[in-house]
Amino acid sequence: MAFDFELVTAENVSRNFGRRRALTRVTLECRAGEIVGLFGPNGAGKSTLLGILSTLSRPSSGEVRYGGRTAGEIGEALRGKIGVLGHDLFLYADLTARENLQFFGRLYGVSNLEACISQALAHARLEARAGDRASVFSRGLRQRLALERALLHQPRLVLLDEPFTGLDDESTTLLIERLKTLRAQGAIVVMATHDFDSAEGIVDRAWCLVNGRATDLGPGPSSLRERYRIATREGRA
Amino acid sequence: MGMLRAAWLIARKDLIVEARSRELAYTTIFFAIACVLVFSFAFVREGHAAEGEAAGILWVALVFSGTLALGRAFERERQAETLRALLLAPVERAAIYLGKLIGLLALMACVEIILVPIVSFLFDAPIARAPWMLAALLATGTVGFAAVGTLLSAMLVRAHSRDVLLPILLYPIAVPVIIGGVRGTAALLAPEPNFAMAQAWLSMLVFFDAVFVTIALWMFQPVMGEQ
Repeated sequence: MAFDFELVTAENVSRNFGRRRALTRVTLECRAGEIVGLFGPNGAGKSTLLGILSTLSRPSSGEVRYGGRTAGEIGEALRGKIGVLGHDLFLYADLTARENLQFFGRLYGVSNLEACISQALAHARLEARAGDRASVFSRGLRQRLALERALLHQPRLVLLDEPFTGLDDESTTLLIERLKTLRAQGAIVVMATHDFDSAEGIVDRAWCLVNGRATDLGPGPSSLRERYRIATREGRA
Repeated sequence: MGMLRAAWLIARKDLIVEARSRELAYTTIFFAIACVLVFSFAFVREGHAAEGEAAGILWVALVFSGTLALGRAFERERQAETLRALLLAPVERAAIYLGKLIGLLALMACVEIILVPIVSFLFDAPIARAPWMLAALLATGTVGFAAVGTLLSAMLVRAHSRDVLLPILLYPIAVPVIIGGVRGTAALLAPEPNFAMAQAWLSMLVFFDAVFVTIALWMFQPVMGEQ
């Protein structure tokens, strides 16, 4: 039976780069059907945490568990359940939009690939430009294509680093709808962003990282931005 | 997914990208030809080439131009951090190495197809004497050289001075392969060919290839472990 999980937990995860500590004993939990927002100032450790959750890097101490098992215990099968949209878009500039999706789809062993690609191009609204190379796309178009590339294999854990970058209003709205659909389908979405306005209505839980430490922003009467301001003020104090 | 299928997908992607940009093909072929021409100015006097130089010149041109290609093999994957995307894919890490190696070998084969007749023309090298043996020597030598080079290229992908470090690290390690290639080819192209010697060097190259490819496949996972 194929490996799957419905819970991701980070327990006391710390990460050092030489003498600099990027993450300090971060503990958090993400469940299926949830959108978790990661907020924090530049250099707070958001991308580092996403890198650890994606299995690309390992924590210096602590551990991440996917359905109770660590990445080392699960192996390659885990990577097939994770979709990552990085700050860099993971697209080949000399390949067309369709070829990029075909390449990664085949690498992930996506079944019924051509239908999935057509659907992905429709989601990205790039059907008419499927034959254009990624190098000629604007940042926003590449962002939309990269998102579909990350979601092509229907991952359980979706890690998004600044997903709203370069998107116009309409694309932002579409992305928000896409994230809601993913949540309804039972995906675990972890999203690092600075865009409070876009994230306000969709995140189920929000964490703030300041100086590598995570604080639960929790639910509250005030806006996400206001709770974030308070958390960062306290975190720096 | 099987390792060989994943490796083929990666190699195929590299070849499509190269067919579109032609960046590596043009630079390596131009550099190899320039290299051979420089040698011809030095070693061809009054229309006559010095005897026994062709093998060394051919291999020097191949190694230098191959180094250019190796330097760019993983550099391309850094541009949009696609290396991370490959590492995130549910395939064995060794498949990434193997795919890159296959792509490089295809490129170096193209260089050799162009370079060998030029060397033969400029230095009166009798390449038609034992074409299959010559092809085998070139193929095995290229595999050994590229096997080490691809691994080192991957190891240096995050190093700031990778362009300088690659040849410094590569040539000492690849010396057995280069010696084998030069001596085997020289035995074949000499005025009095020594087929037994060429065969012996070919066997040595096959052995080096097996060792280098095995070590590289084994080492690639830890080398790429943390990004």
